[in-house]
Amino acid sequence: MVSDEKTTDDRAERRPTDQLAAAEGIAGSAVGDVASFEQSQSPLDRLQRFLHSRPLVSPSVVLLLAFLFFSIAGDRFFTATNTSTILAQVMIIGTLGIAQTLVILTGGIDLSVGAITLFASVVMGKLAVGWGWNPWLALLFGIGIGLACGAANGLLVTRLKLPPFIATLGTLSVFGALAQWFSENQTLRSTDVQEQASNLLWFGRVWEPLSGFRVTYGVVFMLLLYAFFTFALSRTTWGEHVYATGDEPETARLVGINTSRVLLSVYVVAGLLAGLAGWLWIGRIGAVSPIPIVNANLESITAVVIGGTSLFGGRGLVLGTLIGALIVGVFDSGLSVLGFEPLWRVFAIGVLVLVAVALDQWIRRVGK
Amino acid sequence: MTRRWMMIVAMLAGLALFAAACGGSADTSGDTSAEDGSTEEAAADGASAAADAGGDGIVGLITKNETNPFFVKMREGAQAKADELGVELRAFAGEGDDDNASQVQALEDLIAADATGVMITPADTIAIVPTVEKAREAGLTVIALDTPLDPLDAADATFATDNFRAGELIGEWAAATIDDPDNAKIALLNINPNQPTVGVLRNQGFLTGFGIDVGDPNMWGDEDDPRIVGQDVTDGNEEGGRSAMERLIAIDPDINVVYTLNEPAAAGAKLALDAAGLEALIVSVDGSCPGVEDVADGNVGATAMQFPLLMASLGVEAIATGEIPPNSEGIDFYNTGVELITDAPVDGVESQTTEFGLENCWG
Amino acid sequence: MTTTPTATATPVLEGRGLTKRFGHVTAIEDSNFELLPGEILAVIGDNGAGKSSLIKCLCGAYTPDEGEILLDGEPVQFRSPIDARALGIETVYQNLAVSPGRDIAQNMYLGRERRKPGVMGSLFRVLDKAYMRDHARQQLSDLGLLTIQDITQAVETLSGGQRQGVAVARAAAFATRVVIMDEPTAALGVKESRRVLELIKDVRDRGLPIILISHNMPHVFEVADRIHIHRLGRRVAVVSPESHTMSDTVAIMTGAMVVSPEEGGTP
Repeated sequence: MVSDEKTTDDRAERRPTDQLAAAEGIAGSAVGDVASFEQSQSPLDRLQRFLHSRPLVSPSVVLLLAFLFFSIAGDRFFTATNTSTILAQVMIIGTLGIAQTLVILTGGIDLSVGAITLFASVVMGKLAVGWGWNPWLALLFGIGIGLACGAANGLLVTRLKLPPFIATLGTLSVFGALAQWFSENQTLRSTDVQEQASNLLWFGRVWEPLSGFRVTYGVVFMLLLYAFFTFALSRTTWGEHVYATGDEPETARLVGINTSRVLLSVYVVAGLLAGLAGWLWIGRIGAVSPIPIVNANLESITAVVIGGTSLFGGRGLVLGTLIGALIVGVFDSGLSVLGFEPLWRVFAIGVLVLVAVALDQWIRRVGK
Repeated sequence: MTRRWMMIVAMLAGLALFAAACGGSADTSGDTSAEDGSTEEAAADGASAAADAGGDGIVGLITKNETNPFFVKMREGAQAKADELGVELRAFAGEGDDDNASQVQALEDLIAADATGVMITPADTIAIVPTVEKAREAGLTVIALDTPLDPLDAADATFATDNFRAGELIGEWAAATIDDPDNAKIALLNINPNQPTVGVLRNQGFLTGFGIDVGDPNMWGDEDDPRIVGQDVTDGNEEGGRSAMERLIAIDPDINVVYTLNEPAAAGAKLALDAAGLEALIVSVDGSCPGVEDVADGNVGATAMQFPLLMASLGVEAIATGEIPPNSEGIDFYNTGVELITDAPVDGVESQTTEFGLENCWG
Repeated sequence: MTTTPTATATPVLEGRGLTKRFGHVTAIEDSNFELLPGEILAVIGDNGAGKSSLIKCLCGAYTPDEGEILLDGEPVQFRSPIDARALGIETVYQNLAVSPGRDIAQNMYLGRERRKPGVMGSLFRVLDKAYMRDHARQQLSDLGLLTIQDITQAVETLSGGQRQGVAVARAAAFATRVVIMDEPTAALGVKESRRVLELIKDVRDRGLPIILISHNMPHVFEVADRIHIHRLGRRVAVVSPESHTMSDTVAIMTGAMVVSPEEGGTP
């Protein structure tokens, strides 16, 4: 009883709209009149609700403004070449960002995507170039490694019930060490890869629809992945269950969703995407390198957060992550063209993350 | 349910295969006959490293990480010398280039084990000093490898590449090689915004060699020579090198000289130039085997080779015998040597061919 | 009002001798329960009296250690709430009724999404969003809740009463036999509580019997046809709001008053 009263009071304090609605007192249709909140809303409330229902708006506005600003301020920024270069630069983080978004939507986090990408890429390279396997088989095997790593993460989270942060922190080291062991710290040079397994470099190839606008195949592939996952998340039962699992796991279980299977599927798909990113990675750097992709995890999380996906799970869109990755790319390129030292790029991205998280916190308080 | 997500996985795999198939039409598999001798060699080295040497003295080796081939080679050199002298090598590594805590712990372990001495490539040149002092008080000989401590005399000796000289060599060579050095357009690809000493020395050495006033020799970025198009950071890897080069090309596509702090960054820069259909003279530092091959293939004009294996084996020898060589002339550490590797020698700059380079390269 | 109406109709949902233990703690012991067709049965009891465990046995969240559950006179066994749901028993959970980030239509169909016909639905599991939206809107309209205009707005943007309305509408839409409501007014203000109570009566009037778990005596007395009083792990009485006052009921609940079988007390 006491607790009931407390929550009621609580609500009364925090919900002036309810009180207003109650004061109007239209008996018999009270649910109806609390729905008609429009009259009692301040412009800020409206903005909050608008941003809540349209999660892509704020990152899109930031991207657009940044793009306009740098185009005006730096005359070498808005060129076909530079624009297509930015796309190529976000290819890896963009792809890993999809994997990261899926995991974050379930309320988890995957710190191992960068390590899986590296592991998959060195396996592809070593099998094809070092061991002389059929390069297509090597490629499939490498992607399979990604999938297996994802499954390992998924099993740790669902079967051993480890918190995703801890599970993937562990596998980050495990997969990283395996990559190092398997590659024996050897870099496979572009020329060798080109001779023996040119398919591994395929994503680095260029399609030039406009003069100077050079789109790599990898960028096209990344965009296809975004289209695919946008569809899968918004139009299939799988997507619905991914959101529900991250939003309120207990509710999801009570309505009959097998949340642990959903989680497992998400980690497996994330691993698969990281495996594919390993292929993209080879195309991007033109070689097979054992050097860890230092910032892949943090940058993919950055893209997700700037893209408006909530770290608390259940809210967000993969397209937001693409926009988030592009924002980072535009700032990197734009600040460089304007002659800023590299450290200010790091600074700017940090500020963006803070703003994005603060905005998310505010938007999530809608209706509270 | 299982069927459901397997479905999704299958669809994704299908997408990948579709992409793969499209690629196949353009260019199918190449020759698969392997000729990767270096891989087997490394495997054999790994096996020998595992063998326990035994003997009285213990010599420690603490590197920044165990992934960089430079440190891997260092350990191999140290192990070989330790085996030869009958001392036991204990190797430790941090988790990254700024992992001071692991290095402190490794030093403490070696003090506890009553080691004869230790070689260390410090992650944090200042923060490690108190622990180094403790080790020296406990009677250990401490040799800084590759990176000097700050202050330099905190160690009994420093065995390192003269990184300034390495930069100077490629700078001189570049100035002598391009047509019009007075109107050169230079891109500088550095390591990271922290400006670590090694990166500063190579950068400033390069500019000095090229004939550019460096201003404060303890930092990069303060030069006002109009020939410098821009400076960017690469984290010393391919992707960093490529992205940095792409950004600098956006500033000025007429760049014709590219300094890179190491060879992975050089490979990335080359890729960016190729993708943009541009040509520029790239110079680098390190002397790794892929790096030397890039010089041999003409992707990179010249590289300054350093000798990690020698560095470490000299270190083991000095500790085991107790005979520490004096500093090299004109510098306050023992220079383990640097050689310019190029197939296009110029007058006035001493160099070695890529043939020599391939015999002496590391990693 | 008769105090022992069991003779007149077969209970829709019945529990016989239900016992549930957790280690040394016995949550309910040899407890009986009957829900009659078309009624609102309130279940009340002090904290720790075991009413929550009783309800969890009835909705499938717990499996009782002893005793049996009968649905329309037939013995049934629930291994999970999903089993109970499949047999037409819908539950509105207190704090977990809805998924806050999902929209109204998505919440209505959560866990039983409608898929497109043909291969798109069966193989690719593609949702039939239009169908779900139309039917969700229809359902809300049937319950007089159509003032919630945008069926695609996230549930967390609704007021507490509206959220409860969505949960009740979902239960009413899919329940064929029983609706169980766990403290549906606990978090609501006065006005919203009133509306939810109306909603509960609407659902009852459509022919669905309702089990209402509540701490709020005025609410219980307003809507309940009968009141099941739970104390110390078992049913001590079933009374009617007409035959007993609120203070009688509280006295029974706390053990201050003992009810004879003639008055609805259970041995």
